[in-house]
Amino acid sequence: MTTLTTRESAEDQAVGAKKTGGFTAAAANYIDERTSISGAVKELGRKIFPDHWSFLLGEVALYSFVIILLSGSFLTFFFQASMAEVIYDGSYAPLKGIPMSAAMSSTMDISFDIRGGLLMRQVHHWAALLFVASIGLHMLRIYFTGAFRKPRELNWVIGFVLFILAMAEGFTGYSLPDDLLSGNGLRIIDGLIKGIPVAGTWVSFLLFGGEFPGTDIVGRLYSLHILLLPAIIVALIAMHLLFVVVHKHTQYPAAGHTNQNVVGYPVLPVYAAKAGGFFFIVFGVVMLIASFFTINPIWNYGPYDPSPVSAGTQPDWYIGFADGAMRLIPTGWEFVWLNHTYSLNIFLVLVVVGLFIVTVMIYPFIEGWITGDKREHHVLDRPRNAPTRTAIGAAGVTFYASLWAAASSDIMATHFHLTMEGVIHTLQATTLLGPFVAFFIAKRVCLALQKKDREIVLHGYESGRIVRLPGGEFVEVHQPVDEYERWKLVSYSDFKPLMLRPNAQGKIGASEKIRAGLSRWFFEDRITPVTQTELNHAHGDHPAEITDK
Amino acid sequence: MTTIKSPRARRTRKTGRRHPLASVALIAIGLLFTGGAYVAFSSSTAVATTDASSQQTIAEGEKLFAANCATCHGLSAQGSSEGPSLIGVGAASVDFQVGTGRMPMQMQGPQAQKKPVQFTTEQTAALAAYVASLAPGPAVPAAELLDAAGNAATGAELFRINCAMCHNVAGAGGALTEGKFAPAIENVSAQHIYEAMITGPQNMPVFNDMNITPEDKRDIITYLKYVEDNPSPGGLALGSLGPVAEGLFIWIFGLGAIVALTVWITAKSN
Repeated sequence: MTTLTTRESAEDQAVGAKKTGGFTAAAANYIDERTSISGAVKELGRKIFPDHWSFLLGEVALYSFVIILLSGSFLTFFFQASMAEVIYDGSYAPLKGIPMSAAMSSTMDISFDIRGGLLMRQVHHWAALLFVASIGLHMLRIYFTGAFRKPRELNWVIGFVLFILAMAEGFTGYSLPDDLLSGNGLRIIDGLIKGIPVAGTWVSFLLFGGEFPGTDIVGRLYSLHILLLPAIIVALIAMHLLFVVVHKHTQYPAAGHTNQNVVGYPVLPVYAAKAGGFFFIVFGVVMLIASFFTINPIWNYGPYDPSPVSAGTQPDWYIGFADGAMRLIPTGWEFVWLNHTYSLNIFLVLVVVGLFIVTVMIYPFIEGWITGDKREHHVLDRPRNAPTRTAIGAAGVTFYASLWAAASSDIMATHFHLTMEGVIHTLQATTLLGPFVAFFIAKRVCLALQKKDREIVLHGYESGRIVRLPGGEFVEVHQPVDEYERWKLVSYSDFKPLMLRPNAQGKIGASEKIRAGLSRWFFEDRITPVTQTELNHAHGDHPAEITDK
Repeated sequence: MTTIKSPRARRTRKTGRRHPLASVALIAIGLLFTGGAYVAFSSSTAVATTDASSQQTIAEGEKLFAANCATCHGLSAQGSSEGPSLIGVGAASVDFQVGTGRMPMQMQGPQAQKKPVQFTTEQTAALAAYVASLAPGPAVPAAELLDAAGNAATGAELFRINCAMCHNVAGAGGALTEGKFAPAIENVSAQHIYEAMITGPQNMPVFNDMNITPEDKRDIITYLKYVEDNPSPGGLALGSLGPVAEGLFIWIFGLGAIVALTVWITAKSN
């Protein structure tokens, strides 16, 4: 297509020899005359993006996804999504002559007998791990800077759904080779499903086409993995990016940064060049990792067989928190009622993990309701300036991290010479108590940092220089903070707890009471930003401002 | 059926017994059994007997035992509250425990840890000979079972089914309860692997010859040696620990490198 276009435009240029601007101009003109794209280029090309490293994390996720699509397409050329039994006869000696599914056998062939196959498999898998990890870090950035506030609440939800879909993509992909590790993983999923009261067994039979493992599941997961899930992800990514364009990018508080402007570089040429180059950097990093480090060595795991389970069997990192939650549940939480077994030890995990996920997804609406803040926010919060939100985030991270760590309880036990029971009991404690401790510490640290900022704005930095005044008094010279820095330190919005007010009927509803209570909890402890009056006052009575000349 | 057949059978047996060559055959069979039993007996303890046969070696082993082991295992290896009885554990058990440095034990703990070997090969053999002389037990395996030239594919399958739940599919080791663990089987000699299977040291179950035949044990050793000798085709194996190591790697080094690069890209130019 493109070669055709350029040749035609070259001919075009040859005929109209008078044209100036050279080949690029002619080609651009040719395309514009036929597509009227210049309007879009003008609009998008002048779009301003602020420059900060943390704004590139979402881009990392996008680029990882592109790498996954490219390497995944390569893998589909050779992978057979079938559970038909074959006898392996490839190059890897310790599996020769062993019966296995066509899926496993074709994955072995990709790894050992197809040129570049193992590299592409490793690129695909490493990029998948990076994809979910970068989404996670991107989400943490969005959360702790308050970038999910109006008007971006819906985009938070889209992004979070993308995170869930990325995990689903990861898990379906992990299960496709039909090796021992992935089979064990599927068995856990099967157990989770069967743990759902009443419906569980039916759902499991529906999913696996009969009793686990059956001969259908790989084919079904394959359809999800390469068709349905990627299609939804691509559509949601498009929406996600469209929203970024519509909302404009947020920016950190700094001198000259307001809710009405965006300070940064235009897309063309600076940002496009940077972002385009960054794609190749990410690709390069993934390629390097895939070249030097093994991932998912299915040749070690061997074909799936329901009887063996290897020590150290874990899911990929992003499913780890669910696996860890299962390990932390105390034993014996199941009971029999009306001749049916109810496995609370499994069902409770589903409920808790589900609640956690839903809470994170709707968090922007919860916070919006509590604060009653209906304003648009394009300038980010520094995490310390929203102490309660930061503390909630810290509590959530602690909870997730405890569950996550529990998935590696056995590895921690062997590598740090601990007992399994000790590791599990410690993590049970950190899962339940850790969030409260983290909340308290994070909130106090935020408030302390705010106090420090306030102190700096009012009195500047201690310079360590002692000056003797004419009257004989000794004072330490304080270096006043410069205007740019001061802007950053004082420009944040101050919230007061909501006042309980009766509605039109003169009543105070229960939900209003809850809301006021939560609002008090949110904003009770706060450090107000320095006002101009305070600033003038501070400078007025500050003898050190004279400094020594 | 049987009533018709039996007189004929009796007749053939009678003629057989009265045959002139019957006594010759009987002597030949008798000799064959005696010799065969002798050969079987001597070959099964071939390695041990080279030293064990000599009373001198056993005596030397007894002295070593009294000096180094008797505190816990008792003066005549009958065991005490500190250590189990060693009567009947066989030479293989002594060779494994002492040969890998696990015995003499450094301290009481969840299980004896591997450490630098405390005795020379001769001393270990003498100790083994002494313990083997107390009562019959598993002998040190013959060299032809340790050549790692069996079928790696069969060995890998047997390993996955019988061993991987504790030792991990790649032999990287794994956790057990109460601080005990299944050690990594990397750089463990074929002889020690074999001895571990037949004696079941520490928390390991015994895989006797009825359970896993000597030939199968040889296959398992073949697989383990294959994994040890052939580096991972995908590059560095990250300890063969599976997804935990991979996840830590991508978060610390993968995402770490990426974040460093984003900082570099967005850094203000001088």
